[in-house]
Amino acid sequence: MTGPSRIVASIVAIVLLGGAAAFAIVWRPAIAAVEPPGPLAFDAALVKRGRDLAAIGNCNDCHTVRGGRNFAGGLPVPTPFGTIFSSNITPDAETGIGRWSEAAFRRAMRSGVNREGQHLYPTFPYDHFTNVSDEDDRALYAFLMTRQPVRAPARENQLSFPFNQRLAIAGWKLLFLRHDTYQPDPSQSAEWNRGAYLVEGLAHCGACHTPRNALGAERNSAQFAGGDVDNWHAYALNDQSHAPVPWDADALFAYLREGWHPDHGTARGPMAEVVSNLSSVPSSDVRAIAVYMAGVSGTPAPDRKRQGEAALEQARSSSVQASQANAAGAAIYAAACASCHASGRPLPYGGVNLALSTAIASPDPRNLANIVLSGVQAVEGERSPIMPGFAASMTDVQASALLSYLRARFSNQPPWSGVEKTVQDARRAQTAFLMTSPLPRNAPADPQQRDKP
Amino acid sequence: MMTLKVNGREHQVDADPDTPLLYVLREDIKLNAAKFGCGLGQCGACTVIVDGKAVLSCVTPMILLEGKQVTTLEGLGTASEPAPIQRAFMEEQAAQCGYCIAGIMMRAQALLQRNSRPTNEQIRSELEPHLCRCGTHMRILRAVRRAARLMDTADASSTAEGRVR
Repeated sequence: MTGPSRIVASIVAIVLLGGAAAFAIVWRPAIAAVEPPGPLAFDAALVKRGRDLAAIGNCNDCHTVRGGRNFAGGLPVPTPFGTIFSSNITPDAETGIGRWSEAAFRRAMRSGVNREGQHLYPTFPYDHFTNVSDEDDRALYAFLMTRQPVRAPARENQLSFPFNQRLAIAGWKLLFLRHDTYQPDPSQSAEWNRGAYLVEGLAHCGACHTPRNALGAERNSAQFAGGDVDNWHAYALNDQSHAPVPWDADALFAYLREGWHPDHGTARGPMAEVVSNLSSVPSSDVRAIAVYMAGVSGTPAPDRKRQGEAALEQARSSSVQASQANAAGAAIYAAACASCHASGRPLPYGGVNLALSTAIASPDPRNLANIVLSGVQAVEGERSPIMPGFAASMTDVQASALLSYLRARFSNQPPWSGVEKTVQDARRAQTAFLMTSPLPRNAPADPQQRDKP
Repeated sequence: MMTLKVNGREHQVDADPDTPLLYVLREDIKLNAAKFGCGLGQCGACTVIVDGKAVLSCVTPMILLEGKQVTTLEGLGTASEPAPIQRAFMEEQAAQCGYCIAGIMMRAQALLQRNSRPTNEQIRSELEPHLCRCGTHMRILRAVRRAARLMDTADASSTAEGRVR
């Protein structure tokens, strides 16, 4: 063989080898279709367990559109790369997962590949679901396969090149999908380990509460340092939390179970749907999540503890040290907010004293803008916190003045910048969000299961 | 003293800045179409239109209304000369006790002013903040659709700013 032809041969060999390697990374076989097993094929106790697990996984939240049929998919999920629509996970044979075997379902949960062998976008948080046990996958499968089948074809994703190439997902997985990231820690209690298993797995808390990198993967180095979801800021849950009063396991449990806590306020936005789901599952699982997350927040330093006590003290005392700098905001607070938020009436029917508000103490004013504009919706069939929204009655200028005033009066943090733009954006996003999102009041699926006080 | 513009007329009102608009409308200006239901912004009976948007007047303090235009049901039409939305509700006999109806008409009016041909879905989701115990919901929905047709022939915008009484 001559020199040049040897080079050509090497190149061909490299290309072939590279191609084979790429093929191995990208290609996944289809898993044979099965006849839809039908609702009678599953044990009722298994289905019930699957129901609770699905609530912990918050599956209905993404896989149901506002006013639409349960689990029929079609919810637009905005990402920095374009809009991805959630899929139909009802057991419809043609448009849902009716022809998926349990093995196909488990592969989707663990590796993000559908029955046909296509890679799924990581908006479906399989980077967490990979930690779910075979046993729990079996129960989830039983629950979903016994739902009402709904014929609802998938909606076309709106992604630009190269993100519209499913091949790109294989590369993403190579970089970011780690199997077996959850390992039990024998030095911790069984409860803590149960919490770790749920939080890092099915409950996928980090999907919102951990910031993401440029390629949309959670940054492991900043776990629970706060992230973004649907134009809301998901608060930092680690030692960088801005909650005026530090969280502990009891407070977390009450909040996740009931949707509010007297020292912290009310769950709203996307979190309202999460707590609505958690209110209907075994309390031992919610307690386990709370215990694990309290470990994530860590024991507060003496300084932080003192700040918390000071905030509680400010909330108890009615002394008004109104800043005179923002008379417009102060007047709006006094007229529109104080009758509930400074009434001393306990939660959930009184408003939280704003000295305890994480929204006001946070570096990001979005959540406060959202809540002032949209309020808190009542939960159907239940006694629950409520707040009217002021979108129709406050101008952007009025809402901005109010936000700046609240920041100055109720936190010891520097003023926010760009408040008016935040309000404008919140107004726009809110309108779009309300058109497409599931009603927060839809959940829980079984309201009678809530053991409210 | 503060100036409040209601149905195209200016009123001098002696009210604290935290007084809810509803109280001023009913007590001071004697416009009683907007009703006190829950006082918490949860039932919709107090709905009026402010600068084209449906607003819950029981939780809207006077301080937020400076320079804005308020329209109440009285500003849309009269018994002898009803506005399209009022005619439609009468023709469909959509009221039973009627307590919630004034608020519902105002939100429907605000909807039809910005969208003259709403879908059934849009009407339903728009009227979601309103409670009605009598249960005339189906008639209410028919009335809003009828009002949309009536406004197509009349001109919805002529009543938008309220009329001078």
